[in-house]
Amino acid sequence: MKIKMLLPLVFVAIAAPALADDGMAIIKRDCVTCHNISGPAPQTLKEVWNLKGPNLAYAGNKYREAWLVSWLQKPQRIRPAGEFYGNHIKIGDKHDVVDEATLKDHMVLSKADATAVAHELMELKQHDDLIAQEKLEPGTGSKMMGEMMFDKFLGCMACHRIEPDYGGLSGPEVYTASRRLQPQFIASFIRNPQAWEPKTWMPNKHVSDANLQKLVYYFDALAAGEGNGK
Amino acid sequence: MANKFLFVLTAVLFSITAHAKESAVDNYKTYCVQCHGLKGNGNGVNVRDMSVQPRDHTDAKSMSGRSDEMLFKVIKEGGPSIDKSILMPPWGDTFSDDEIKDLVQHLRQLCKCKFGS
Ligand code: HEC
Ligand code: HEC
Ligand code: HEC
Repeated sequence: MKIKMLLPLVFVAIAAPALADDGMAIIKRDCVTCHNISGPAPQTLKEVWNLKGPNLAYAGNKYREAWLVSWLQKPQRIRPAGEFYGNHIKIGDKHDVVDEATLKDHMVLSKADATAVAHELMELKQHDDLIAQEKLEPGTGSKMMGEMMFDKFLGCMACHRIEPDYGGLSGPEVYTASRRLQPQFIASFIRNPQAWEPKTWMPNKHVSDANLQKLVYYFDALAAGEGNGK
Repeated sequence: MANKFLFVLTAVLFSITAHAKESAVDNYKTYCVQCHGLKGNGNGVNVRDMSVQPRDHTDAKSMSGRSDEMLFKVIKEGGPSIDKSILMPPWGDTFSDDEIKDLVQHLRQLCKCKFGS
């Protein structure tokens, strides 16, 4: 009897230190209930409506590792209406509003776990093919011209915030985009959102190569401007 | 033999899911509601900072001024294709032509109107 009770304890004691370093074990235990890590991206609307978090199956093609490590320790909201946005909005007085009560704080990881997890996430590279197609030149652009393009010429601001409380709510904020994301991903996603997420609610606006380049500079300028925005 | 059969079956099932047509109600709820609103009256969650407000799809007066062809065009190619705002996006890479036709019919139900009536 006593031995039987002790046995599982011994196993836990042996297993625990190993788990703390094993990023993939943490991901499989704590993250896959909300995040897809093996693909494919949703192919039907039913799957889209069931989304509980962004797709991480191509995390290594998308994020900056240093950002992952710090965000996982101190997560702050990126999508004002969560994921999937349709599950977090309600009818308001003047227009539909975000139903804040349905949005939960993200889980927080220790520095060691965040580092281990980020390292594993960076291994998930389902779309090297799409990334390889992007040819970007180093350079800079003006924030003012960038905003003209993002808002007036391309109409992107309808769904994206360019400042903490200015812009649309159904897509991720873009004023932190270049701190979070690899430039080739930014260009590739705008070029063809459906190649990454066939059922995404971001439309393909057929942005030219020259404008894709300018948008990347614009996001750099935006991210350099503010603090973390909050 | 059994393997071959399984392979064919998976291929068939996969192609069905990949190309399945979604209903207009479901497409509207997923893609249009963000700007045109849960009620379809132009008051979506995104509208506060938009310089041009989305069309009220329940407004029979303005919606009856558009032919089905024009509605098809503006959904597929976006606002500028009919001299309207860039804030109305093109959805040609999101939907099949069939799905857009169904959306046009769905808009007719929302406005309870026809072209010219
Ligand atoms: C209860 C569901 C849930 C669990 C569990 C969860 N997440 Fe998340 N995660 C979310 C949601 C929702 C977001 C979107 C947050 C936002 O945009 O504000 C998110 C965002 C993220 C992001 C940022 C992605 C992006 O593109 O904006 C990363 C990275 C992430 N999660 C990693 C993890 C990891 C690693 C774990 C496990 C240790 C985990 N998450 C567990 C729901 C979850
Ligand atoms: C109708 C709403 C809508 C419009 C219009 C729109 N987007 Fe998006 N955008 C989204 C959504 C939703 C996502 C998240 C997609 C996903 O992860 O599936 C997104 C993602 C992005 C991302 C990746 C950000 C991230 O954190 O993952 C960038 C960059 C971006 N959009 C830029 C643009 C640009 C540039 C335009 C204009 C040419 C634009 N968007 C127009 C809704 C929109
Ligand atoms: C990013 C915001 C946004 C989204 C998403 C959006 N629309 Fe629009 N839509 C607009 C705006 C803004 C206008 C008004 C354009 C104007 O008056 O110049 C508009 C106008 C329209 C019009 C009227 C055009 C006319 O004047 O005859 C139709 C029809 C329409 N949208 C259909 C749709 C459908 C169908 C969807 C979903 C597939 C959709 N829209 C998604 C912003 C949006």
